[in-house]
Amino acid sequence: MASRPRTLYEKIWDAHVVERREDGTSLLYIDRHLVHEVTSPQAFEALRLAGRDVRRPDLTLAVPDHNLPTTARTDEAGARLPIADPQSAEQLAALEANTAQFGIRYIDATAPEQGIVHVVGPEQGFSLPGATIVCGDSHTAAHGGIGALAFGIGTSEVEHVLATQTLLLKRSKTMEIRVEGELGPGVTSKDLILHIIGAIGTAGGTGHVIEYRGPVFEAMSVEGRLTICNMSIEGGARAGLIAPDETTFAYLKGRPYTPKGEEWDRAVEWWRTLHSDPDAEFDSSVLIDASMIEPTVTWGTSPEDTAPIGGNVPDPDSFADPAKRDAARRSLDYMGLEPGRRLSDIAVENVFIGSCTNSRIEDLRAAADIVRGRRKASNVKWAIVVPGSGLVKRQAEDEGLDKVFTEAGLEWREPGCSACLAMNPDKIPAGERCASTSNRNFVGRQGPGARTHLMSPAMAAAAAVTGRLTDVRELAK
Amino acid sequence: MEPVSTIEGRAIPWGAKNVDTDVIIPAHWLKTIRREGLGQGVFETVRAQPGNVFDDPDFAGAPILIAGDNFGCGSSREHAAWALLDYGIRAVIAPSFSDIFSGNAFKNGILTVELPQEQIDRLLEVARTDPVAIDLETQMVTTPFQDRFRFEIDPFRKHCLAGGLDEIGLTLASGDAISRYEQGRAQHLPWLDTATERAA
Repeated sequence: MASRPRTLYEKIWDAHVVERREDGTSLLYIDRHLVHEVTSPQAFEALRLAGRDVRRPDLTLAVPDHNLPTTARTDEAGARLPIADPQSAEQLAALEANTAQFGIRYIDATAPEQGIVHVVGPEQGFSLPGATIVCGDSHTAAHGGIGALAFGIGTSEVEHVLATQTLLLKRSKTMEIRVEGELGPGVTSKDLILHIIGAIGTAGGTGHVIEYRGPVFEAMSVEGRLTICNMSIEGGARAGLIAPDETTFAYLKGRPYTPKGEEWDRAVEWWRTLHSDPDAEFDSSVLIDASMIEPTVTWGTSPEDTAPIGGNVPDPDSFADPAKRDAARRSLDYMGLEPGRRLSDIAVENVFIGSCTNSRIEDLRAAADIVRGRRKASNVKWAIVVPGSGLVKRQAEDEGLDKVFTEAGLEWREPGCSACLAMNPDKIPAGERCASTSNRNFVGRQGPGARTHLMSPAMAAAAAVTGRLTDVRELAK
Repeated sequence: MEPVSTIEGRAIPWGAKNVDTDVIIPAHWLKTIRREGLGQGVFETVRAQPGNVFDDPDFAGAPILIAGDNFGCGSSREHAAWALLDYGIRAVIAPSFSDIFSGNAFKNGILTVELPQEQIDRLLEVARTDPVAIDLETQMVTTPFQDRFRFEIDPFRKHCLAGGLDEIGLTLASGDAISRYEQGRAQHLPWLDTATERAA
């Protein structure tokens, strides 16, 4: 009997339904639960109050990332240095105590594999294709890059997953984003996803799971795919997916938590079935021509406020929608920009290369390639490179990338979320600009009054050496 | 969670679109290990501006907030819902909400009411001077001027909100089904089991 053609999302969903309810919701099994210090303490506390246990500690992995300072964590004798901020210290200590109490594997701040939760999951092989993966963090969407159905949840849902290993969910709608053609030289996965968000808007994917399809993604590294799926949430979609393929399997093989031996072969056999069937129907489709995309930056305070680096700051009056006009006016006021200004004339005082979007080895290589043999511009006061994990850091150091950065005047830091979100000591001062490889340019995101321009690692590196937003292709020549 | 039936009172006529969760509660407030006390930080950057609507004494203690499209976009932080609740907000009316925020609001007994923009515009006008009422049972938003706007709500969410139900307790009642699923999964997808016990 021929079954109805299904999308990749539907295949993963169907494989995880525990129970269908009459009201249209389903109880969905969760294969992997990643936990960090910020969104979990209230969930553990609620479990304790209700006298409930963690159902599957073996499917749960905890690592601190948001609060951790990115300066040295141990002194020269190897002893752990205290966290200066008492609230951060309390929250970090709570994660350690909670995971110990409930028997959950905990990666300590000083462990070599510590890092940003969304870098650690795939790197450890904890995140696998076809798995349902959740974490109390909206950028969990990243893990869709290896073909997992991965999405961010709130703390009540963290508690629900800890207690039941399931979530009660309604099936999402499906959106296909098909990218045809090839990306030009100097144009990366980050430029592509910024361009896509600019095209669909920050609410474009609301209620949907996006599947990214087409030759560009097939040719893309796993690191690039993680960057793409990571920012699905900036387009309003709770999850993004890229079908797993040989590139994915080669990336995962041999990583600590992956299946081994005969079990690996069985897993790959199933993973090969995880793609949308040829006749599968999506609720909506968007077509993008890759060859039209230039290195892309944001000019405003929403990730949809994107423009090619060769362009200008838009005139708010050019927007047809009056609400968009108002939003653009407020954005430009906050950003300290005038309509019509050339984007490449905008000077920056800060550069941040890092975050769960762009802190993997490939990102650091791309940034180092631009910085190599050059110096940080004199008007750039602060430029930091924050590897996504201890393992990324070590690999970069083995390749000598840390020296490339430090010789150019950039700081080389310990892994963590850093300047992405202004909850650890790495913040951008009020009124100053930052060329940032992170994912959100919201008002106050990198610190009260901070002005964020989102871009790729190579573009941020270019800004570091020229002191202004720069078309990286001019430096690569 | 407290059962929800009728929410009535002044409604803060804000109307802003794409209000992200960093605006609702900036990240430096997220270092707490508690749910309470976040009301102090709600809309911190907006409230720092003189003449903002939240400072208007007419709206002190207002239980309803009226906003624009895509309310609650961005981060998954449930602190956004906790902050609104701690500030006294029991319902948000907007043309649309981000998926994660509306889930977080629901889990905390905050009603998210979706209405078309023209009805929102009418409510923004009324709310400047008069109260607004939301009735969950009849799924109706009303004003003292005969405005009656019906809204849709997921039946399961309505049931939970009206009863103040503990969702985890409900799911635990399906414990046998979860165990059966786990047994099947251990056979068909065995590599998904015992994840953290695999590493050497």
